[in-house]
Amino acid sequence: MSTSRQAETAAGGRLRAPLFFALMAALIVLEGLTSSWNSALGILNMGLLSAIMALGVNMQWGYAGLFNAGAMGFVALGGLAPVLISMPPTQGAFKAGGVGILIAFAVATIAVIGAVWLYRTLKGRARGLAVALVLIIGFFVFRWVFDPAVAAIEAINPSAAGNLGGLGLPTLVSWPVGALLAAGAAWLVGKIALGLRSDYLAIATLGIAEIVVAVLKNEQWLDRGVLNVNGIPRPWPVPYEITLQNSPAFVSKMQAWGIDPTQGSTLTVKLAFLLLFVVVIGVLLWFSEMARRSPWGRMMRAIRDNEVSAAAMGKNVTRRHLQIFVLGSAVIGLAGAMMISLDGQMTPSSYNPLRYTFLVLVMVIVGGSGSNWGSILGGLLIWYVWVKAGDWGPNIMALLASPVPDGAFKQHMIDSAAHMRMLVMGGILLIVLRFSPRGLLPEK
Amino acid sequence: MDFLNALVAITNYVIIPATAYGAQLALGALGVTLIYSILRFSNFAHGDTMAFGTGVVILITWGFQAMGISFGPLPTALLALPFGIIITSALMLGTDKVVYQYYRKVKAAPVVMVMVSVGVMFIMNALTRFLIGVDQINFADGARFVINAREWREMTGLAEPLTLRSTQVITVVTAILVVWALFWFLGKTRTGKSMRAFSDNEDLALLSGIDPDRVVAVTWIITGALATIAGTLYGLDKSFKAFTYFQLLLPIFASAIVGGIGNPVGAIAGGFVISFSEVGLTYAWKKVVTYLIPNWEPDGLVQLLSTDYKYAVSFTILILVLIFKPTGLFKGKIV
Repeated sequence: MSTSRQAETAAGGRLRAPLFFALMAALIVLEGLTSSWNSALGILNMGLLSAIMALGVNMQWGYAGLFNAGAMGFVALGGLAPVLISMPPTQGAFKAGGVGILIAFAVATIAVIGAVWLYRTLKGRARGLAVALVLIIGFFVFRWVFDPAVAAIEAINPSAAGNLGGLGLPTLVSWPVGALLAAGAAWLVGKIALGLRSDYLAIATLGIAEIVVAVLKNEQWLDRGVLNVNGIPRPWPVPYEITLQNSPAFVSKMQAWGIDPTQGSTLTVKLAFLLLFVVVIGVLLWFSEMARRSPWGRMMRAIRDNEVSAAAMGKNVTRRHLQIFVLGSAVIGLAGAMMISLDGQMTPSSYNPLRYTFLVLVMVIVGGSGSNWGSILGGLLIWYVWVKAGDWGPNIMALLASPVPDGAFKQHMIDSAAHMRMLVMGGILLIVLRFSPRGLLPEK
Repeated sequence: MDFLNALVAITNYVIIPATAYGAQLALGALGVTLIYSILRFSNFAHGDTMAFGTGVVILITWGFQAMGISFGPLPTALLALPFGIIITSALMLGTDKVVYQYYRKVKAAPVVMVMVSVGVMFIMNALTRFLIGVDQINFADGARFVINAREWREMTGLAEPLTLRSTQVITVVTAILVVWALFWFLGKTRTGKSMRAFSDNEDLALLSGIDPDRVVAVTWIITGALATIAGTLYGLDKSFKAFTYFQLLLPIFASAIVGGIGNPVGAIAGGFVISFSEVGLTYAWKKVVTYLIPNWEPDGLVQLLSTDYKYAVSFTILILVLIFKPTGLFKGKIV
């Protein structure tokens, strides 16, 4: 009896994923037919990026049960990479202040390492005093070197630059660098907060995310802060609309197909991004699936399902947690770097924890915790709902408000429709957690 | 004289604001710590609960103002506060019935409860925004100052001004009353004692015939009240903005953990540790230094950290505590 039921669900499981993905494709096609292909491809591209973020968060939450409440920070940190790697360097900036900034960071590193060394070697009251002294002196020396360097950089052509600029390398190089940046930060946080109570990691990551975004908003020498960095170069095969429009071959081809060349060029660009993203997702998915099926993946699940028995089997739970936390954050950082390349600009004030941390968690849980295909489906589907809830919200609200007499209250109702998506997302998250905790595509 | 001036400057720019802020954080952290010790999870929806409670209070305040009701020199919001508490606590009880109760019954892992509280956070976020929007709102009325700068100068003849806003006094007085009432409740009443017993040892408490549903319900009511009071005081003292309240989550968690999560005394101490460090490190000490060291004026502002990094302070303190004393200053509980 039970075996036949299992077989049944297994057959259902085989059909389940293709069915849901077909539904998702239908939704995108519907958007293309009813609205425009431009917006359909836009949703698809951002959906794929969200899917990559969800893959990263799924490694942490789904494989290991680690709650990362700071995905936004890793997305933002990854987004810094295209600015630092692929933007052209600002003339004279490095000479004016770059060296000073490097020295300042060297001082900070030496002070921290010195403090750690003192903490480990000394004992008693002398230890606290010595550590505090080293840190305080280190801080003042750091500020003493750092402040003039920053002032010098920010003084260079402040209306257009005022920052260090990048290295002028190809944009594709910046993607793995974004992953590395995020991985470094994750290592630091994980080293401290893992091994303690499970919710401490959540609180610590919440904090690091706020701080990363604060740094990006305020450190003008780094990324021009709230002045934003524009014109970040596109990754390798993606063309620019203007080049396409100026190319006679492209224009004649589009005309032969009966497509307006201007529209055709934007579609081509979006398709090129799409292709690139699909390749990245394919590689990530292949690696994730291989990892999940490997002995390492079995060990991870064993740890997640019962930490105590896994520890009794000689598995170093904290180390494995740190490993998966760093890996997952690297994937999130990669998505952050890719997103900045897609947007072509860095706007630190656009990082919002609800959008980049908690929405991604919703994606993972709706898709199915621990399931890679589920994360991709969740990323696409939830992003679609998020965008569409923004469109439908005002209409639904107008309908609800229609019996209400005109006046301030009706206006208030219609104005608040923009917040509908929060309600929808919270509702979806709670309903899935309660009634279908394994998600749309459960882990096998 | 210069020494006195320096002292006045420190009081004016550091001690008074940090005390008021610390009291607000302490009330917020008490809510987090109560939920933690009774329901055993970190409530990510707490910041948005504060925002919701404050939103309700603001709406009622506007209603009172429209009806011409005022509270004399005190802000009308204080009159609206009890109504806000009732509505918020009712919402908390409703949330518990609809959402959390199930997870208690299936004995879900704490981290799952945290995830559930994220869902609640989204909903509260939306409710607050439906209710009152996303804009910054100032709703303090009544007398603005207890001591204003001019009076102070005339009174003392010191060059350095000192202002004491009425909202700051109200914050501290209210916080003291609330904390006193809470400790009296937890220490002296039967329900309070059963809550403490439940927090210390759930199984033993159940065995002694303590009704868990009652304990949980009372906890949610108190949490709703604390969140509304903390949010209203913060809004009176500064201003109300839904997103700022979400961001308060970090310093509030930091306060609760620094003091020792699950320990009410720790939550209060933690609130003040965080507020004094935050204000002290982001204050520009130039004035004080100029007064204290004669014939020397520093070039910069002598500000250790820009105010944009105030959350970095709570984070750093949190990290230091996690590294060196994970149970917090006052032995919290580690589940």
